[in-house]
Amino acid sequence: MPDAPYLLAAVAVTVAVTWSLRALPFVALAPLRESRTLHYLGLRMPTGVLVVLVVYCLRGTPVADNAWMAPAAALAVTAGLHLWRRNLLLSITAGTAVHVILLNV
Amino acid sequence: MTRVLLSDVGRPGLTSPAEPETRTATAALRDSFSVGIALVPLGLAFGMVLTQAGLDWWWATVFTALIYAGSFEFLLIGLVTAVTPLGTIALTAMLVNLRHVFYALSFPLHRVRGVRAKLYSTFAMTDEAYALTATAASRSWSGSRIVGLQLFLHLYWVIGGTAGALLGALVGDSVAGLDFALPALFTVMAIDAARERPDDVSGPACAFVAAVVAAVVAPGQMLPTAFALLTLALLVSLGASRLRSRRA
Repeated sequence: MPDAPYLLAAVAVTVAVTWSLRALPFVALAPLRESRTLHYLGLRMPTGVLVVLVVYCLRGTPVADNAWMAPAAALAVTAGLHLWRRNLLLSITAGTAVHVILLNV
Repeated sequence: MTRVLLSDVGRPGLTSPAEPETRTATAALRDSFSVGIALVPLGLAFGMVLTQAGLDWWWATVFTALIYAGSFEFLLIGLVTAVTPLGTIALTAMLVNLRHVFYALSFPLHRVRGVRAKLYSTFAMTDEAYALTATAASRSWSGSRIVGLQLFLHLYWVIGGTAGALLGALVGDSVAGLDFALPALFTVMAIDAARERPDDVSGPACAFVAAVVAAVVAPGQMLPTAFALLTLALLVSLGASRLRSRRA
């Protein structure tokens, strides 16, 4: 279990990085508008980063004993509902509920 | 006599500046409601996952109040329980929140007056705050209405997270599987991001391959490896498209 100094350091690092990303661009708006490479990465990175994160979250899923079925069903429900209804809260709640129900019955 | 005079003089002086302020606050509360109300259940799930991971409930308050970047806070629970090196945490935070760099191009910070308000406004420039201030209706909003909106959104998230953590500490591990809220959140965000660029199929495909390769080749360093592979693939495809356009 992580200790408090490490946790505080992790929070501090995250705050520094996140706030910098949000605030510093206002100081350098002109070069930001001009950099075509940054612009290209900004357009195409977000989807890619999120796909990586989905895989990262599910990488520990066990393959044996049908244990993969609960996360697979939950993922299908989440994605399917979101493609259909486009309601963030509904998709997440339903997907998580399916996962919880399948694991607890 | 003097008392009457004083109260007469005092009344407009006291009420007229106070009244628009309350009106601004009410307007900000109303603006924040549509999107903000989703933050409470998400915060509840966040808090419950946090206590189930073994952290004390008040870390939920610390995370939600100080970091205030919802999706990364969820991710951070897993990163800190695995005692991930701070460098990897910084890199991951940078990549997950990179999109915020581009919010500066259109976020109406110029309307927010005062250094402290500006600092808070950039700190609280979340996806939700950005989305709400990007609407046509928001063009007439004053700086204080925007900051007020951000304060309310921040408050929903802190309250939701803290309440979820207290609830999680109460029920313990009896409810398994709530941690799926995080991959569900990322799936939904990925679908929304992909919808904005329907022509870009190779980007998400590259990312999926990069993630699987990284998980197999470098399971201990999966995130930095996958992000490096993804950036490399995107830069190569940018270089190739520049070469093509130069030849054409």
